[in-house]
Amino acid sequence: MAKWGMVIDITKCNACYSCFIACKDEYWDNDYPPYSAAQPRHGQFWIRIEKKEGGTYPHIRVSYMPIPCMQCDAAPCIKAAKNGAVYKRPDGIVIINPEKAVGQRQIVDACPYGTIFWNEEKQLPQKCNFCVQRLEDGKIPRCVQACPSKAMIFSDLDDPESEVSKLVGSGKAEVFHPEYNTKPRVYYIGLERVTKNFLAASVVFGDVDECAEKVKATLVNKQSGEEKTALTDAYGVFEFTGLSAGRYSLKLEYAGYAEKTMDVDLKADNYLGAVNLNRG
Amino acid sequence: MARSTKDEQVFTNCTTGGPLFVYVQDGKITRIEPLELSPDDTESWVIEARGRKFSPTRMSNVAQYALAERSRIYSPDRLLYPLKRVDFNPQGDRKAENRGTSGYKRISWDEALDILAKEIERVHKTYGPGAVLTTPNSHHNWGNVGYRHSSLLRFMGILNATYVDHNPDSWEGWHWGAMHTWGFAWRLGISSQYDLLEDALKHAEMVIYWSSDPESTSGIYGGQESNQWRSWLKELGVKMVVVDQHYNSTAVNFADKWFAPRPGTDTAMAAAIAYVWLTEGTYDKEYIKEHTHGFEKWKGYILGEEDGLAKTTEWAEKETGVPAREIRALAREWARCKTMLAAGSALGGGACRTAYGTEWARYMVMLAAMQGMGKPGSNIWTTNYGAPQNFDFFFPGYAEGGISGDPLNTAAHFQMVSRGITKHPIRSEVNDPGGQHIPRILLPECILNPPQEWRGKGFCGASPETQFKKYKYPEDGYSEVKMFWRYGGAYIGTMNNTNRWVRMYRSPKLEFVVNQSIWMEGEAQLADLILPACTNFERWDIGEWANCSGYIPHSHYGVNHRTIVLQKKCIEPLGESKADYDIFAAVAERLGFYEKFTEGGLTELDWVKKLFQLTDLPKYISWEEFEKKGYFVVPLPKPYKSTPSLRWFAEGRKNDTPDWGPVGGGVAGIPDAEGNLATQTGKIEFEAESLKRFDPDDWERPPVAKYIPSWEGHHTTELYSKYPLQLITPHPRYSFHTHYDGKESWINEIPEHRVKKEDGRYYWVIRINSRDAEKRGVRDGDLVNVYNDRAVVICAAQVTERVPYGMVHSYESSAVYDPIGEPGESPDRGGCINLLTPHRFISKNACGMAPNSCLVEIEKRRE
Repeated sequence: MAKWGMVIDITKCNACYSCFIACKDEYWDNDYPPYSAAQPRHGQFWIRIEKKEGGTYPHIRVSYMPIPCMQCDAAPCIKAAKNGAVYKRPDGIVIINPEKAVGQRQIVDACPYGTIFWNEEKQLPQKCNFCVQRLEDGKIPRCVQACPSKAMIFSDLDDPESEVSKLVGSGKAEVFHPEYNTKPRVYYIGLERVTKNFLAASVVFGDVDECAEKVKATLVNKQSGEEKTALTDAYGVFEFTGLSAGRYSLKLEYAGYAEKTMDVDLKADNYLGAVNLNRG
Repeated sequence: MARSTKDEQVFTNCTTGGPLFVYVQDGKITRIEPLELSPDDTESWVIEARGRKFSPTRMSNVAQYALAERSRIYSPDRLLYPLKRVDFNPQGDRKAENRGTSGYKRISWDEALDILAKEIERVHKTYGPGAVLTTPNSHHNWGNVGYRHSSLLRFMGILNATYVDHNPDSWEGWHWGAMHTWGFAWRLGISSQYDLLEDALKHAEMVIYWSSDPESTSGIYGGQESNQWRSWLKELGVKMVVVDQHYNSTAVNFADKWFAPRPGTDTAMAAAIAYVWLTEGTYDKEYIKEHTHGFEKWKGYILGEEDGLAKTTEWAEKETGVPAREIRALAREWARCKTMLAAGSALGGGACRTAYGTEWARYMVMLAAMQGMGKPGSNIWTTNYGAPQNFDFFFPGYAEGGISGDPLNTAAHFQMVSRGITKHPIRSEVNDPGGQHIPRILLPECILNPPQEWRGKGFCGASPETQFKKYKYPEDGYSEVKMFWRYGGAYIGTMNNTNRWVRMYRSPKLEFVVNQSIWMEGEAQLADLILPACTNFERWDIGEWANCSGYIPHSHYGVNHRTIVLQKKCIEPLGESKADYDIFAAVAERLGFYEKFTEGGLTELDWVKKLFQLTDLPKYISWEEFEKKGYFVVPLPKPYKSTPSLRWFAEGRKNDTPDWGPVGGGVAGIPDAEGNLATQTGKIEFEAESLKRFDPDDWERPPVAKYIPSWEGHHTTELYSKYPLQLITPHPRYSFHTHYDGKESWINEIPEHRVKKEDGRYYWVIRINSRDAEKRGVRDGDLVNVYNDRAVVICAAQVTERVPYGMVHSYESSAVYDPIGEPGESPDRGGCINLLTPHRFISKNACGMAPNSCLVEIEKRRE
């Protein structure tokens, strides 16, 4: 039997919300017994999109991160449920039984990822279940089907040849908040865009007021000593990504110009603005 | 209710956002999914470039709003019965001043049709022809039979109604400006884009998205088909630059560098780029010599020989706010790289909708020309058109007029008429260029303060010269209009300074207003009589994905597979709503021209079958098979011959693209001669001969294109000190015009579209820079008044770095008009941002709109 897993590529998402709308279409006013009761017209986000903006004009980065139920192997919602109202199928999918779960609000509160919603009218916790009713018909989940940039990949984690297995196996795809220890079956590519920081600046040859292309930028993490280098582009811009918060030293070098060094206390994504190099 | 999916029926349909499979159970639509190609369908194209093979997914990547159709079909705002305004008495006091406030009562279709027929007869007999006014909205439905260019034009043509001429609202500057530089009148000033995807994949080194966001407004009707094209280019290492006041959705995934010139100053930035190339000698001098006209004169302007002001990058920095060195860096990169200039999305763009946006569009063409436009990898290409396709296969686009038989008011209907679509072609005297006209931007002025004068009738597709023809309202020998028959979505959210619109509706000068609409939204609530229409899921039609045709020949090249869809009647019309065609037929019956309108009683399905037979479909598939399958994917010709747009021009050859223009007269040059564009000289005109002939002294649209500071911007110092924020209002990302907004659609829940507040309302979003927000004490999510002398609109603030300091961004196209007091005079909490934008013409002799030249102030709302 397949054990389903999903990889979501954050670098490919720009919040078209097709996944969210397709999910609404699948579930609004549609019951799929015994797996799910209908989703209300408004108010539930079985797949929601978190946004992160960093930097300042004119150098910014914007990332969108779709968050469905993580179908955890150590799911807190299963533990929180009474009467076995939430259970894990052999294929890895976590199901909230729409009959047994009535009145069990604690199931909503149990999820550290905030992916379970309370249906006020039905007094029912509800969430994404990878469109289990479609999987049984040999189809893929609606969000995956609707994604125009193929940022969502869905396949069998038990099959070593599947795309999801390969991405997870190579370490390219990681789980969000591993410290929750819930063993999610949803993985992310480009997670560092959300969890880590960038440092960028526009380097200028001060004597001629021109964008300084091909300047060598060296960044050293003062705590770990780890060193990274980058070259500026045609606009004089360098960018280091995937940085942890902390103290860094930055060095800029270009033949004929005085070397410039500065200390950076990186707390979040940071665009330093224009930095002048002077003749030396 | 327990529901199994096993006994669902599957139908096909098509929308503005793409083709769909529609699942129905017990007479109710249960799910709507994108149309997925089957293995039996024709094979997909393959482009080989740079050692890779590129082929599209065999899934229709439809627009997200197309997937929200079910929430729009089953909307609580659906009009299910005919309605009459409670205090409207056609025999007595009409109380026009109460439109928008007095409410409605349900009436029968009989009573509604009686009122309407009597009013039409009264207006005709009292005032003569042309006193009934009509205008449709664009694209709330899809299809070749039941849609506006088809059923509506057929009916209104017979009725001799006056038509509100639509301005080219998405591409104003190209129409009123670029048309004079490179011709393409039959495309309303926009070039063709044949095979430029292949050209880009093979040769391009850089794409500059200038005032362009194809991720949001992809190929107009092409859904999200071209996302994969941009991804391939990115994978190939093609550099990508975005020039836009908003760090838009395309920038989010693709921008290596972002420029945000102050709104209305894009032309200054373009002029400075030209200055760099001219002074550094980094442009294609041979091309300029062979293929352009008037270059030396324009060069004199750029270098400052004409006005003593050199258009240096330092000068441009003062105008645009972009550092001079960065403009130089861009100019040098551009000169170094084979560059595709994506100027406007599908050639449109916010910069072409600013004051003098004509000049920006002209500059885009001229800059591309300076880098050898048409040579491999160097062109104006918007990244959302230009897939390989079968262009010989005939299937009409909606603008070809369907069943109307009106060759004058549809761009290409001669094709349908000559193929015999109707025994009674409609040639309305009132609608032709000799009849009575109203330009959409001046509609309220025409009604409230006639007479009015302007130049150019809506879309000037015949020739550049038709832009210069003078019109007036009322036309000699015609009455003013007295009755308004409005059809489709709402203009309050899409036209400019639209409190004018509301005031017009509340004037007794309009004696009778009828609105034929699917939902109670926008303008419907200002009518005396409301006729409930149904969606195209509740009636029969036939259509092709993204095929507009007409003035955008072959626009289906914005999708990966030509997909022709039998738009099946999936369910019965909800409530007492009816197909638009059936409403027109019922009115025609009362007025005595039912036989003529329906051609002896044809139903929509009869017309669909008739239209099917006139296309190339029967060469490939029988009606029976087509009806069963529901769609057909047009196969590519083998072998496929690529003919990139303007390659012929750059190489001095005869035009070898499948384009059907230039169409007939009005072109001064000799367009079919070797290598000639449809301009007077056959060349790219840096000095436009058509404008010189018209008025060499029109400084608002001079023969030699110039940067002209906006009439509402940072140079209008008094106004700017009062309203220091420059507002831009691009086309929306999550709706098509107003059509998928409001209506309790799922789209409302997208936090980038609307924000739900404590009062349960979903408020329209306005984006404001963090520094501007802080100065005003505005925090993310706060309700704010956005205001100027024209209006107050209540929005939810999104505090962001995605707009620079001093600029604010809010998509246009709210479907909801919800004034908190007197309509037309009070703040709107519906989010019709265009209440704020000016209605001044883009240029005094060009009646286009310029909503992106708008100054506002913002304050935190206190209640």
